[in-house]
Parts: sequence; structure tokens; C-alpha cells
Amino acid sequence: MFKIVEARTAGLNIRQFTVEAPRIARKQRPGQFVILRLHDRGERIPLTIKSADPAAGTITIAVQSVGKTTSLLNSLEAGDSILDVVGPLGRPSEIRNYGTAVILAGSVGSAMALPTANALREAGNRIIFIEGARTKDMVVFEDEVRAASHEAFIMTDDGSYGEQGQVTKKLDQLIAAGRKLDFVLAVGPVRMMRSIAEITGPLGIKTMVSLNSIMVDGTGMCGGCRVLLGNQSKFACVDGPEFDASLVNFDVLIERNAMYRAQECQSLKEFELRKSEEVARVRSASPTKEKQTAQLRARLEAQDERRYV
Amino acid sequence: MSDAPAPTANCLPLNERIRIPRVPMPTLDREIRVRSFDEVNLGLTAAGAVAEATRCIACAKAGCQLKCPAGVGVREIVALIYGGDFLAAARKLREDNALPAITGRVCPQESQCEGGCVLGKKNEPVAIGNLERFVADFERESGELGLPAIAPPTGKSVAIVGSGPAGLSAAGDLIQKGHRVRVFEALHELGGVLVYGIPEFRLPKAIVKEEIENLRRMGVEFETNVVVGKSVTLDELMRVEGYDAVFVATGAGLPVFLGLPGEHFNGVYSANEFLTRTNLMRAYRFPEFDQPVYDCRGRVVMVVGGGNTAIDAVRAARRLGAKSVILVYRRSQAEMPARAEEIRHARDEGIDFRMLTNPVEFLGDEKGWLTGARCVRMELGEPDADGRRRPVAIPGSEFVLPADVAIIGVGTNANPLIQSTTPDLATNERNCIVADPESMRTSKRGVFAGGDVVTGGATVILAMGAGRQAAKGIDEYLETGEWN
Ligand SMILES: Cc1cc2nc3c(=O)[nH]c(=O)nc-3n(C[C@H](O)[C@H](O)[C@H](O)COP(=O)(O)OP(=O)(O)OC[C@H]3O[C@@H](n4cnc5c(N)ncnc54)[C@H](O)[C@@H]3O)c2cc1C
Ligand SMILES: Cc1cc2nc3c(=O)[nH]c(=O)nc-3n(C[C@H](O)[C@H](O)[C@H](O)COP(=O)(O)OP(=O)(O)OC[C@H]3O[C@@H](n4cnc5c(N)ncnc54)[C@H](O)[C@@H]3O)c2cc1C
Ligand code: SF4
Ligand code: SF4
Ligand code: FES
Repeated sequence: MFKIVEARTAGLNIRQFTVEAPRIARKQRPGQFVILRLHDRGERIPLTIKSADPAAGTITIAVQSVGKTTSLLNSLEAGDSILDVVGPLGRPSEIRNYGTAVILAGSVGSAMALPTANALREAGNRIIFIEGARTKDMVVFEDEVRAASHEAFIMTDDGSYGEQGQVTKKLDQLIAAGRKLDFVLAVGPVRMMRSIAEITGPLGIKTMVSLNSIMVDGTGMCGGCRVLLGNQSKFACVDGPEFDASLVNFDVLIERNAMYRAQECQSLKEFELRKSEEVARVRSASPTKEKQTAQLRARLEAQDERRYV
Repeated sequence: MSDAPAPTANCLPLNERIRIPRVPMPTLDREIRVRSFDEVNLGLTAAGAVAEATRCIACAKAGCQLKCPAGVGVREIVALIYGGDFLAAARKLREDNALPAITGRVCPQESQCEGGCVLGKKNEPVAIGNLERFVADFERESGELGLPAIAPPTGKSVAIVGSGPAGLSAAGDLIQKGHRVRVFEALHELGGVLVYGIPEFRLPKAIVKEEIENLRRMGVEFETNVVVGKSVTLDELMRVEGYDAVFVATGAGLPVFLGLPGEHFNGVYSANEFLTRTNLMRAYRFPEFDQPVYDCRGRVVMVVGGGNTAIDAVRAARRLGAKSVILVYRRSQAEMPARAEEIRHARDEGIDFRMLTNPVEFLGDEKGWLTGARCVRMELGEPDADGRRRPVAIPGSEFVLPADVAIIGVGTNANPLIQSTTPDLATNERNCIVADPESMRTSKRGVFAGGDVVTGGATVILAMGAGRQAAKGIDEYLETGEWN
């Protein structure tokens, strides 16, 4: 059991949770993610670690409701527990001093990009952060985005906040203004990442994209998360999730992410009918599991976390 | 072990015993089983077990025992069953086999114990697997399962990585020696392939759960959701968390794809993914359980391969409602490594076997969904290194096999996560951890390894044997503290 110690709403359908996960907290590196399962009938879904506090033994995640599992998670509150959380998974982002780094993120993607942005900043990069959202209510973590960057731009599709337009519009403007851009990181919907790759590719700007393929185990055991790079298959959970955008076949990723659409819709519909029952299922998880984690927590706390590398 | 006949020996004349036909295993009705994940084999009755035990001629040189990788004392156990003392038989069985309810169900008996039974030369061998399963189930259901004695605490602790048969059997032996034992598992459920790979209809998960519960009662600690190499490294387990020794039993779970064009199409699965979704995540009970698997109802499913994994995948697809299920294998049925019983069951269940056939390309539509596979027909050529005749493609024999789902079950490689984060752990060219076959020691002090992660994909009984061997090696090391 992984206890939620803090829960708050960050924007429309977007919530942030701080969860007790001592092992993960002290090993997390920017770009890594966890896989969680809410209850004993739940599915396993990947979520990026937004930040970690090794001393408190907690990690923070930001979640956008898109289907059943994220909607159920977003119905939980502080004091509730998540049955299983495993991580940190995936390769950490490669942190180097590139010069000027542009981070482009769509809504909840900005939470996912924040740890990498902070690390790039610490490594000496000049950070330009472009956050995009459909509308004002979906602009999230603006303060943290501004704090992480030297220049920050907020774009909304409907112009209700910041500037009107998509993140690519701002990227095009920077390029047209002759700004020297040395590195780009894009985190968000696949179509957005594809458009960005189409802009930066011809200019030869090194561009990394964080690929959100459908995952099960997250340890390289199933191959369900495979993405096509050139004509080579890679497993996003162990070889990624960040990949060089110039190699990525985005069309295949879009197709593969649609694989379970019909079942996902069915699940969401049934969830909406039985929401309280589902929340109750999370809350009724077995007390023995809680006891075990309490013991683990005590033992881990007794050790000096700095000795972990 | 003495060669004298057991006290309860059978008094029926030999020539009459060998004329008794093998007691058939009762099975679930075919019509029911293709629509449910319930266990197919229902188990012998007590009378059936005694009747089967009557067939054994109690050989002086028991071939059955010699051919069992764990050296299970089959002859004596069968005699105890014949005498009706099922609990004594179970106790005797447990001396050499920590998970008899499991091996009785999944061992490839035809090439092991039953393959060595003399009766098999002219008639059918004694149904040793069925008997083993019977006594283990009897013991479990009787509630008479006594926990073994635990030695006083030694003050030493052992971390076991992986909760498959290798890890579980090592845990059982080490806890009895008085060491503190903690098992780390990457997934949320314990049991390794026994829970994520082998389906419910062959090995009910409740049996695996019960074995794990017993270990828990003996004092073994379990921690799920820990990916060693990611959540914590081997070095940290020893240096920071203070484990005196580590046993790496992470299995061979890395799926092998064929590297064919079109493998990215929706509907192409590794058998690992298909089985993990179905078994571990219980997708056969979607939407009651959340994780989906391709909706196979009314679809054509093809599975590539000839081992247990491929057979499990075809039979799972059948139960998920597929209209037709085709098994594509590049050799002939005689070369199939799967258990004979499963091949027979698969045939009963209407699986379409296409032997000497191999896919060369997967085909899809413009939306990225699989439509079929281009295949070639094969013939068997010269024997290769392992003595099996090598399949070669027949030129010009290509044809298209339409399918909505293609499941690739051609094998797996060692799980790489620990190897890649532990530079001083020697591995071979197949990325398997190198361990001494006697002591199970690796190149790294205090670290032992065994099971599929050392051998590559093998069998439950071999993994179990490796776990017990490692427990012995670890116990010796903890006592002497000597590595070289
Ligand atoms: C490495 C990684 C990190 C991620 N980090 C975050 C994060 O920090 N915050 C966050 O909110 N989400 C994140 N995601 C996406 C998140 O995992 C999915 O939104 C989630 O699995 C959806 O589950 P669901 O049951 O709610 O919806 P489902 O019912 O599974 O899906 C609903 C809709 O979402 C789409 N979808 C399904 N899976 C994904 C996916 N993996 N990515 C994008 N869309 C998907 C489907 O096509 C469908 O239209 C991440 C994904 C990956 C692979
Ligand atoms: C579908 C299928 C059917 C089979 N059928 C049969 C059969 O009928 N008869 C038979 O004898 N054999 C069968 N086998 C083979 C048999 O299951 C294996 O040989 C056996 O399970 C190997 O045991 P193991 O303990 O070495 O590894 P596994 O059972 O593979 O267990 C390894 C465990 O380690 C965990 N792990 C991996 N990496 C890490 C890590 N870094 N940190 C923490 N945990 C980790 C895994 O999640 C897994 O739970 C089958 C295999 C498959 C896949
Ligand atoms: S462990 Fe396996 S091989 Fe040995 S006797 Fe039992 S069923 Fe036969
Ligand atoms: S080989 Fe067959 S007949 Fe002989 S002891 Fe073993 S089981 Fe009995
Ligand atoms: S999620 Fe299973 S291999 Fe990546």
C-alpha cells in the first residue's frame, strides 16, 4: 500500500498526488516513471514522477483524467492508498549542457517535463519553456514552469490565457527570430510531438520526445510498449521513454495507442455508472498489506538514504 | 535409499499388474473447457490413485527416479499410495520436491520420470505426474500440511530476487536453516511464470498462492513492486540493507520477436504480453478486471512456436472466444518441445495445427491492424547441433495466412535488468548470468544465481532444483564466510 499524503486539483481534470514510496523516492532521476495499480482488479498504468523527496520518502505525480484508471485515481483523496506502485522505471533523461534548451509541453506534459527542465537548468542550459493547453483551465503548474525556466511562454488553443495558438507556433516564431536553439524536449500528445519533430528535424536541432506507449509490466518483459525507430523495434519502458525524435515512427505509435480504444470506452462508461463502488474497492484493500508497508517504511527510514547511489 | 521393496509392497503378480490399463485423468468436458479458464484436469480419485499405483512393478533399478531431475523417490511414494497412506506419500515427496502440486501438473513427465518407467517400453508408463498431483492435493485439502522445523536464528540474512520456482524453493530451504529471508519481486503478484505465464486452466493460481502462504507462515518475508537494478541495486542490498548473500532468480522473461517486417501491427503480440494480460491481469474477466486484451471473439488467431508457451497461448485464445486458432510451427509435431498432454488437449480443443510452416512477414491494413501473415512451408533437412533436424524453407511455397491476431511464442532470453546494473556480474554471450553448477556462485562475492536466468528458458523442476542447490551453497557460504 502506498499512501496518498497530499492530493490537490491543478487544473481541469488534472490532479496532483504526493504518495509515500520510500524506495522510489530515493532512486528517482528526471525522466523516470512509475507504474501503478489502484486496486486488486485494476490495470497497470505508467505515470511520470514529477518530483521526489527522499527525506520524506514521497514522490509526486500529476494525472490527467482520460479514461477509467486515471479518472478513478483522480477521485482519490489524501489518506487513501494505492495498492501497487513500482519504479523508478525507464532511463533517466540525458542531462548535458547543450546551450539553449527548449521544452515544449502540453498541459499535464509540463508536469512530466519539469524534472528534466530543472536538471537541464542546473547543468547550465538556458531554458525556454513553452507550455500549451486547450484552454485556460488546463494551464497547469505555471509557477513551477516559470521558476524552472529563463523564458516561459503559455499558449492556449482558444487564446483564453497567454498567447493564442499551439506550442509549435511559438517554436516557429523563435526560429524565425533567428534564436539559436541547441536542444528540444517535447512531452505531450503524439501529434504535437510529431509536428515538433517535423520542424526541428530539417534544422538539425537535437530533439528528444517522451513516448507514451501502452505498457503493462514496465520491465521489458512483454514488449507491448514497443515503438518503431527507423525499422528497429525498441521497448519504451526500458530503452526509453525518451527517444531521438528524428528516428521515431509517430504514425505507428498513434495506431498502436488506439489498440484498445473500444475496451477503454466500455471501461470508462461503466466506471461512470459505478464510480462510488470503484472508489470503495480502493478503500477496502487488505489491511495486511498496509501493515507490511508500515514495517518496510520504518526499516528504510532507519537507514541512511544518502548511502544509496 | 535401499533397493528392498517398500513394506506396503503390492502382492499382485507382475504379469497381472502390467496388464492393468493406465487410469485416465478425468477432465472437464470439452464443450465447457473451451469457454472457461477452469482447470482442465480434475485430478484422480483416491480409488483411481490406488488403482494406478497398483500398476507399478517396483523396479529394483527404478528408471522413473533416475530420470526425474529432482531424484524424487517415485517407487516408494507409489508404494505408499498403493498402501493408502497418502499423507506419508506426500511427506516423502516433499523431501525432494518443494512444490509437488505444481510439478505434478506441469513437469514434462513423458521425457522425465514417466519416460524412464519400464512399463512405458511396452505399455503406458505409470502416471507418476497424476499420482504426484493427487498426493499433493490430498495433503493440501486434508489441512494436515505440517510446517517443517525451523532452526534457531543464525543472525544472517539472505535477499532473494525473483519469486518464481527457483526463488521460492531457495526461500523455503534457507528459512529452515534459520536465516532471515526476504524475497523481492518486480511484479505485484508472487510466483513468476507460475502466475503470469502458465494459465489458470493448467495451474490454478490458488495453488501457487497457498505454497507462498506456507512460506510466509514459515517466516519468509516478501516485498512486491521492487525491480532490483532499478528500485535498489544488488550492491545496495548487500552494503546498505545488510544482506549477507543474494540469490538472483530473475528468470528468462525477455520476449524474443522474429524481427520480421510488420511486427508493429496492432494484433501482433509476444506470447509473454498475451499471457500476462490474460493470466496475471485476468483480462479473460474484462471488464470486471480492468486490463484489456485484444477481443478475440469471432476472430482468427495464429500462434507461432511449438513449446509450452505457444500451446498456452493457443489454448488461451480459444477460451477467449476466437473463431479459429492456428498453431504455426516450423518443424513437425515430433519436434515440439511442449508437454505431450498439452498438445493432446490443444488438439481436442480444436486447435488447427499447421506444422512445417513459418511466417516471413506480417501484413496489415492502412490503419495499422494485422490482416495476416505471409508464410512459407518448410521441410526437415540435416540434423543440427542439438540433434533435431533443421527446418529449411521450400522455395516458391509462400502463401498468405489471414489472421486478426498473431502471437509470437518462440522463446525468451534472460531478464537483463540486474546484469546491466551490476557490471561485476559475469554473463555469457546470451546475457545469462554465469554461475558455478555446484555452488551456484557467480563472479561476485556473496551473489548466487540459478534457474532460467542462468540456463535460459528451461523447466519448473530444474529451476526448483537450482533454487535448492543455491540454498545449500548459500548456507555453506554463510557458515564459513569463505568465497574462494
Ligand atoms: C512513460 C509514460 C509516462 C506517463 N506519464 C503520465 C503522467 O505523468 N501524467 C498523466 O496524466 N499521464 C501520463 N501518461 C499517460 C497515462 O499512462 C495514460 O493516460 C493512462 O494509461 C490512461 O489510462 P486510463 O485507463 O485512464 O485510460 P485508457 O482508458 O487506457 O485510455 C483513454 C484514452 O487515453 C489514450 N491512452 C491510453 N494509453 C495512453 C498512453 N499511454 N498515453 C497517452 N494516451 C493514452 C487512449 O488512446 C484513450 O483514448 C504516461 C504514459 C507513459 C507511457
Ligand atoms: C508460458 C509458459 C509456460 C511454461 N510451461 C511450463 C511447463 O508446463 N512445465 C515446465 O516445467 N516449465 C514450463 N515453463 C518454464 C518454466 O515456467 C520456467 O522454466 C520457470 O518458471 C523458471 O523459473 P525461475 O524461478 O528461474 O524464473 P521465473 O519463473 O521466470 O521467475 C522470475 C521472477 O523474477 C522476477 N524478476 C525478474 N527481474 C527482476 C528484478 N530485476 N527484480 C525483481 N524481480 C525480478 C520476475 O518478475 C519473475 O517473477 C513455461 C514457461 C512459460 C513462459
Ligand atoms: S518432479 Fe516432475 S519429473 Fe520428478 S517425479 Fe515429479 S513429475 Fe516426475
Ligand atoms: S519405473 Fe515405473 S514401474 Fe518401475 S518403479 Fe518406477 S514407476 Fe514403478
Ligand atoms: S511495458 Fe512490457 S516491455 Fe515495456
